[in-house]
Amino acid sequence: MYKPNDLIFRTTTSLIAFILLGFSIYLLLAGHNSPGGGFIGGLMTSAAIILMYMAYGSDILRKILPVNYRMLIPTGLLIAAGTGIGSFLFQQPFLSHTYNHFHLPVFGDLELATAMLFDFGVYFTVLGVTVTIILSIAEDR
Amino acid sequence: MSNLAVLPIIIPLIAGIILAFFPKKLALVRTLTKVFIIGNLAVAGFSAWHVFNHGSIILETGDWAAPYGIIIVADQLSVLLVLTTNIMAAACAFYAPYSLPDRKERYYFYTFFFFLITGVSGAFLTGDIFNLFVFFEVLLMASYALIVLGGDKVQLRESVKYVFINLFSSMLFVTAVGFLYGTVGTVNMAQIAQRVQEVDQQGILTAIGILLFFVFAVKAALFPLYYWMPKSYAVPNPVISALFGALLTKVGIYSIIRVFSLIFIHRIDLTHEVFIWIAGLSMIFGVIGALSTNNIKLIIAYNIIPAIGFILWGIGVFNQEAVSGAIYYLIHDMIIKASLFLLVGTIAYAAGTSDLRKFSGLIHYYPFLGWLLFVSGFVLAGIPPFSGFIGKLLLLKGSLADEKVAVVIIALLSSLLILYSIMKIFIRGFWGEKDDTFEPKPVKGRTAPVVALLALSVFLGIGAEFIYPSVESISRYLLDPANYINAVLEG
Repeated sequence: MYKPNDLIFRTTTSLIAFILLGFSIYLLLAGHNSPGGGFIGGLMTSAAIILMYMAYGSDILRKILPVNYRMLIPTGLLIAAGTGIGSFLFQQPFLSHTYNHFHLPVFGDLELATAMLFDFGVYFTVLGVTVTIILSIAEDR
Repeated sequence: MSNLAVLPIIIPLIAGIILAFFPKKLALVRTLTKVFIIGNLAVAGFSAWHVFNHGSIILETGDWAAPYGIIIVADQLSVLLVLTTNIMAAACAFYAPYSLPDRKERYYFYTFFFFLITGVSGAFLTGDIFNLFVFFEVLLMASYALIVLGGDKVQLRESVKYVFINLFSSMLFVTAVGFLYGTVGTVNMAQIAQRVQEVDQQGILTAIGILLFFVFAVKAALFPLYYWMPKSYAVPNPVISALFGALLTKVGIYSIIRVFSLIFIHRIDLTHEVFIWIAGLSMIFGVIGALSTNNIKLIIAYNIIPAIGFILWGIGVFNQEAVSGAIYYLIHDMIIKASLFLLVGTIAYAAGTSDLRKFSGLIHYYPFLGWLLFVSGFVLAGIPPFSGFIGKLLLLKGSLADEKVAVVIIALLSSLLILYSIMKIFIRGFWGEKDDTFEPKPVKGRTAPVVALLALSVFLGIGAEFIYPSVESISRYLLDPANYINAVLEG
């Protein structure tokens, strides 16, 4: 049986995947004031996961990231839709957003907006959709 | 209170999302589907009641003032259509468990079903032309999934055609919206209407209007652009065909009504005159198609084309009576097409084939089914006590007042041929000798939703006195775009 020795690929993957994951979180959180946001953040995270999949195969990937990616799609949609409906509780029109300043111990003064929650919803949906598409094509025999 | 306008979009969306978490637990999914669809029907009914008694509901999403944010406009026409959508969606939800194999139901059928309802309700309610495009895509994505669900060979072949033609028209839609935005600098429909009025609809704007008409005519399957429609609507499961036949083409024709009664109304001699000819040709080619085939599902699918033609004819004539007739016919046709697709699906299941040449004498085993088809044929063709009659009568009166005689003759002849195409199913399939080797199958659960829809349709005809004032007030509202513009921009 042909068995490739992809030592270089696997070693660099374990480095690059972490950088990719960190960069995707940065993109997700930076979206409000600079280029980025939920969509590109989700794509970048799924790029990291696909890279790990290519290097290590689906069995190992399932062991280190035991996530059902198909479930991420409705979860993300529910978060996004919930952010819109949340405004109903405060007698505001659908999708109204609000923000406030918080003083957190490590980060200092932070401006947190509910639009962030919507971005998380987009992030999870994009991640779920992309990884589901690629894995279901790849695992199809 | 203004959030009421968005609820018919949100409830199916949430329902679809929740059902996506456990698609394999069929008993729970079916129960939840019925609960959600009944709840949504109640909400749609309440908002319709509210709009007819207290005036349009304008929701400025995100609390951004009118031309800057996305506006949800629940006026009389849109709430009436949302209510009709939910009625026939409820009938489909009750029909689906009997008609779909468990295998298809497990693969997210109900999720896509609810997303389709989300898209359709959204397209009816939005007041923003780019948002209209987005809701078109929502409903088209759901319909791509529904048309291919199960993966039979014919479904794959038809879905390729369906996806390609819709992708192409969506691209044209984006292009048209781009041109429109480049010319008038806004995508809010009320503000577009205001600005088009200010510059008196110059040549470029008429060109954009025709481009938009082309886009919507592809979605609505009008005369030169209908070739993708009949086969791709006939191949999926009857409940999916019913959803498509009753909703998707009607969203296209609704968009034509909205755009050409609100925005592009200053060159009626150019645009609306063309509509009448396209409507007449749609009627002719639709009935030719319906008469040409022996597949009972395809007969019903071809009958969509003349119905869309009738509605467009009302827009083309564009006076009070014709527009009332078009709206009456639109409501009537959504209900009767859903009922006919479900009914014909039941007949094809009962007979074991959808080829008219291969069965006859069904009346000996299914007398009730036979008479249901008989009444449906009368309702569809517009025999006096039933609902198709009132819409067509108004259309005839409207266009005779405008001296458009040719299209009246075409419409009357095509009504006759529509009646013949349905009665052909009745005569060839139900009449005839009793076949003793035939084993009847139980169809009780499948007929109940059809009976409910048909009863409503008959009520639309008999209770016309009760419904007509609302339709008339809608057409009065549509003929004066200032109503809409003022409600959105100053409300």
